[in-house]
Amino acid sequence: MTVRKVVIIGYGMAGARLAEEIRTRDPEGARVALTVVGAEAHPAYNRVLLSSVLAGGLDIRSVLLHEPGWAERAGVDLRVGVPATRVDRVARVVELADGTRLPYDAVVLATGSNPWLPPVEGLLDESGRPADGVVAFRDLDDCARILEAARPGAPAVVLGGGLLGLEAARGLVARGSMVTVVHPLGHLMERQLDPGAGRVLADALNRTGVEFRFGRFARRCVPGSEVELDDGTLVPAELVVVSTGVRPAADLARDCGLHVEQGVVVDDALRTSDPRIHALGDCAQHRGVVNGLVQPAWEQATVLADLLTGANPGARYRGTPVVTKLKARGIDLASLGEVHVELDEPGAEVVRVEDPTRGRYAKVVLRDNVIVGAILLGTPDAAATVVQLFDRGLPAPDDRVALLLGRSLAEATTVNPADLPASTLVCRCNTVRKEQLVTAWNGGARAVDTLVAETRATTGCGTCHDLVSAIAGWLATRKPAPA
Amino acid sequence: MNSAGLAAATATHCPYCALQCGMTVEVTPEKVRTRPREFPANGRGMCQKGWTSAAVLGTPGRLTAPLVRAGSADLRPASWDDALDHVARRLTEIIAEHGPGAVGVLGGGGLTNEKAYLVGKLARVALRTPHVDYNGRFCMSSAAAATIHAFGADRGLPFPVTDLAEADAVLLVGANVAETMPPFVQHLRRAINADGLVVVDPRRSATARLAGLHLRPQPGTDLALALGLLHVAVTDGHVDEAYVRDRTTGFDAAWRLAARWWPERTERATGVSVADQRLAVRLLAQADNAYVLTARGTEQHANGTAMVSAWVNLALALGLPGVAGSGYGTITGQGNGQGGREHGQKADQLPGYRKVDDPVARRHVAEVWGVPEAGIPGRGKSAYEILDAAGRPGGIRALLVFGTNPVVSAPDAGRIAERLRELDLLVVSDFVLSETAEIAHAVFPVTQWAEEDGTLTNLEGRVLLRRRALDPPDGVRSDLDVISGIAVRLGQPAERFPTAPEEVFAELGRAGAGGPADYSGMSHERLRAGESLYWPCPSPDHPGTPRMFLDGFPLPGGRARFAAVDHAPPPETTGDRFPLWATTGRLLPHYQTGTQTRRVGELTEAAPEVYVEVHPDTATRAGLAEGDRAKVTSARGSTSARVRFEPGMRLDTVFLPFHFPDAQRANLLTNPALDPISRIPGFKACAVRLEPDLSTEGGSGR
Repeated sequence: MTVRKVVIIGYGMAGARLAEEIRTRDPEGARVALTVVGAEAHPAYNRVLLSSVLAGGLDIRSVLLHEPGWAERAGVDLRVGVPATRVDRVARVVELADGTRLPYDAVVLATGSNPWLPPVEGLLDESGRPADGVVAFRDLDDCARILEAARPGAPAVVLGGGLLGLEAARGLVARGSMVTVVHPLGHLMERQLDPGAGRVLADALNRTGVEFRFGRFARRCVPGSEVELDDGTLVPAELVVVSTGVRPAADLARDCGLHVEQGVVVDDALRTSDPRIHALGDCAQHRGVVNGLVQPAWEQATVLADLLTGANPGARYRGTPVVTKLKARGIDLASLGEVHVELDEPGAEVVRVEDPTRGRYAKVVLRDNVIVGAILLGTPDAAATVVQLFDRGLPAPDDRVALLLGRSLAEATTVNPADLPASTLVCRCNTVRKEQLVTAWNGGARAVDTLVAETRATTGCGTCHDLVSAIAGWLATRKPAPA
Repeated sequence: MNSAGLAAATATHCPYCALQCGMTVEVTPEKVRTRPREFPANGRGMCQKGWTSAAVLGTPGRLTAPLVRAGSADLRPASWDDALDHVARRLTEIIAEHGPGAVGVLGGGGLTNEKAYLVGKLARVALRTPHVDYNGRFCMSSAAAATIHAFGADRGLPFPVTDLAEADAVLLVGANVAETMPPFVQHLRRAINADGLVVVDPRRSATARLAGLHLRPQPGTDLALALGLLHVAVTDGHVDEAYVRDRTTGFDAAWRLAARWWPERTERATGVSVADQRLAVRLLAQADNAYVLTARGTEQHANGTAMVSAWVNLALALGLPGVAGSGYGTITGQGNGQGGREHGQKADQLPGYRKVDDPVARRHVAEVWGVPEAGIPGRGKSAYEILDAAGRPGGIRALLVFGTNPVVSAPDAGRIAERLRELDLLVVSDFVLSETAEIAHAVFPVTQWAEEDGTLTNLEGRVLLRRRALDPPDGVRSDLDVISGIAVRLGQPAERFPTAPEEVFAELGRAGAGGPADYSGMSHERLRAGESLYWPCPSPDHPGTPRMFLDGFPLPGGRARFAAVDHAPPPETTGDRFPLWATTGRLLPHYQTGTQTRRVGELTEAAPEVYVEVHPDTATRAGLAEGDRAKVTSARGSTSARVRFEPGMRLDTVFLPFHFPDAQRANLLTNPALDPISRIPGFKACAVRLEPDLSTEGGSGR
């Protein structure tokens, strides 16, 4: 069998995972000779964990995806700190910034996405990079810069009330910063939340110390000092974190003439318009969707590894249900599927429970008894159950309210011995029912120890001792049955 | 010895589970009675099985003569000599035609240490086959493999079970002790009262109901959950860094994989909420005394070894193992599930818990046995592989079975029964005609627990003396007599296969001396004198080892090892045809395949038949009401079971107990996919569908 030369451009979460998946299927390199090209100088890291780093739970070393020496052991030609500059589709060569030319049989674009910075005066320095004191919360270096700037009591502004912006805000507040989130729309995470949920979330974050300015955008930034909003108000900001969205990094694809819309367009086999070139992760657009989440990227990596190694030529990627979870300590928020559905929409069943006082807001949208969307804030039990039902398309339980309330519906804990049915199993270990205790009592066993001797109740694990005592107490005081 | 010479009340232990409750057997001319006896493992507790165990002694189906099937005829009574002669002759013929590798031997975790030892010796010395294994392969092998890797030794609880009574927090994973060994629960009282009992189980089991926190993962996702909890331990600052630095190796590689299981991803895969993940870890980390205990629920998977390793990793990260007042343990199930895995009835192992491919161990054991080292066969097939090879050309042609009932207990049991029917010779030792004995060519009637002396090693590694309280019925002998009788007829000197338990124990001590499970300093005499002896106990003046690993682990540098493990989904997944997960387990009134307990009226009354526990909505949507008979079907077969509503079930999961025979066998459904390391089958997760059972008989083998 001939060995195929595969070049992965991008050593982020998608590219690194694809390399691992290929080596899982082809550990000896018998089918695929693998080169991975990474533009950044440091090794691949787990971007999902950056908010944990910001929140203080992890050091930067802990988020690296691979140990030193991984590439050598895995038989991967890893080239970091050298961006790819061009894909020559005619010669079938990837060109790197240092002049290296890598011939290929297949190329995978795993170039990810870049932060988009709004055109605000003062945000960029003369060289077009974020000014001192301005950070896009996107990569490991950004994270390090934020950590450096965050100090107890220091004012910070986060531009953008989306998922990452809020995670950054929560992390900064946990480190003692005074944080103001500036959001141009009327409520937070407007793509994932309806206005009601957005309000409850803002209240919950506000209780942790985050301030908000809604319906406003930044007009001018004085790095290290303050941000001026469009209404002329000034918000102090030693640090400005910009989290206003990302754009797929599709320049390489565009330059070599591939079909690019929002992202690099791929089919279910993750092929671009050139069948020798694949794309996955944040830079790819599959069935009209550009995903910014890691789970789809990892699922795509599995499919692509099956295809590139020939392990399963029939493997196809058909999309991943989108579930968004906010990673912010003390706040439990999940959003999935169709959430912008009104209570009266025909064909849809919408169940909603709002409890703003305790920071809870739960909404599920069902069609034909199957959950197609949900917002679950402050209801962790419901979130865990609903996400699994949603992912697998299983019918929801009939008791929708119990589903949403989860453990808040506590089981009855106190029992009145008089109210227990005669058949109640009192002692599991010896299968002793209430009626047997009553019979033994009536037969002369008029104390706990004689009841025990007669029925063997309590002689196993002993858990039922209190209940047997309570039943004995009830038997001793009950009124004689009417004749 | 005659009955008049026996004491009226004999201090012994319960015949059933690994807790081995202290028990007194009282024999009067009218009847035999059992009652609990004060003993550390059980306090004064005993469950219904123990209270009623005397009923099994006089069960109507008790065999009192060997049975032999000649040709296609029925099993007919035979004398011991005739039956042993017949078996030895057939074995000789089969070995002559197919070679010694055509013979398999299956032992059990209910056999005494002495029997387990002699089963292995029979296979390797008299039959010279490598294919000897035991039913513990179906239960303890994942934990054994994982803990040997992590700690360098496998003793279920490497501390006395009574230590648990001081625990403020206990994480119980896939363990339903309130049902399987009820007196164990008293040791958890403090943790329960402190809301520190955390139970991981897909269903709301009797034990889960005692828990302050119940985590209900989707079946087969335990490993993702364990990785998620390790992740939270790191991000929430609960790792015992000094312990990890000074007493372990391999953390970084384990973390690289756990790093990918951030709590939100773990929640999506397992169904356990982020909040509960954090709470569980916090409870363990903040407790003064904390334990992580695993059992079959997390071990019986096609990646069971990795699953156990992941829980061990969590315990190591929290700094629990090998520290007084905390630890990791696996809760052994069968009566002698611990001793049963130490004395050489495993395919890969020699007495003393030593590896069969270790040259030093081979030389030592060869010398004790008085045979050339080269004559000891190497590693053989595991239990399921022996069963699966039964009756196949070039496979196993003759099988000897001691103390186990694979027709009911094996995964994909319908197919295994077909395989066993293809054997040229199936020999079973049991006290009644078990489902496996029914299809045997020869059956030997053997003693029960109250009729024999011997030792068992309980779940905490303490060796206990089982005492003879009464004579067996006429015609009944010990497994040791069966083994010796066969061995001698195959040309072995009688002194090489002794039948006196005390003598066998002394020999197994010599054979295991220097191994991890070293019994050489123990004797029946020391046990009779009331000494509390935990292995290792390498010399007659050694007090035994109640707590292991306090000074270090028997591994390079004395350090425990993290294992770099990652989650993989079960070998089959739910889908359109089989939309539900089925998981299997135990009921309080029954033990294993029910060979004993299904013969006790009080127990069958408490649990008369198989049922399927299911969420009411799931049942209703399948057209089933409570009490209906349901047909549960997997890719391998169907089981007919009574519907029992349980609102605490996950919507996607059903549960069936596996104690029942014939069409009620839960193992007609289960998947025989084996763990790559431990060779354990995945009993705890298979894909099924649920529908009304319209037949009157219900169920079919395939």
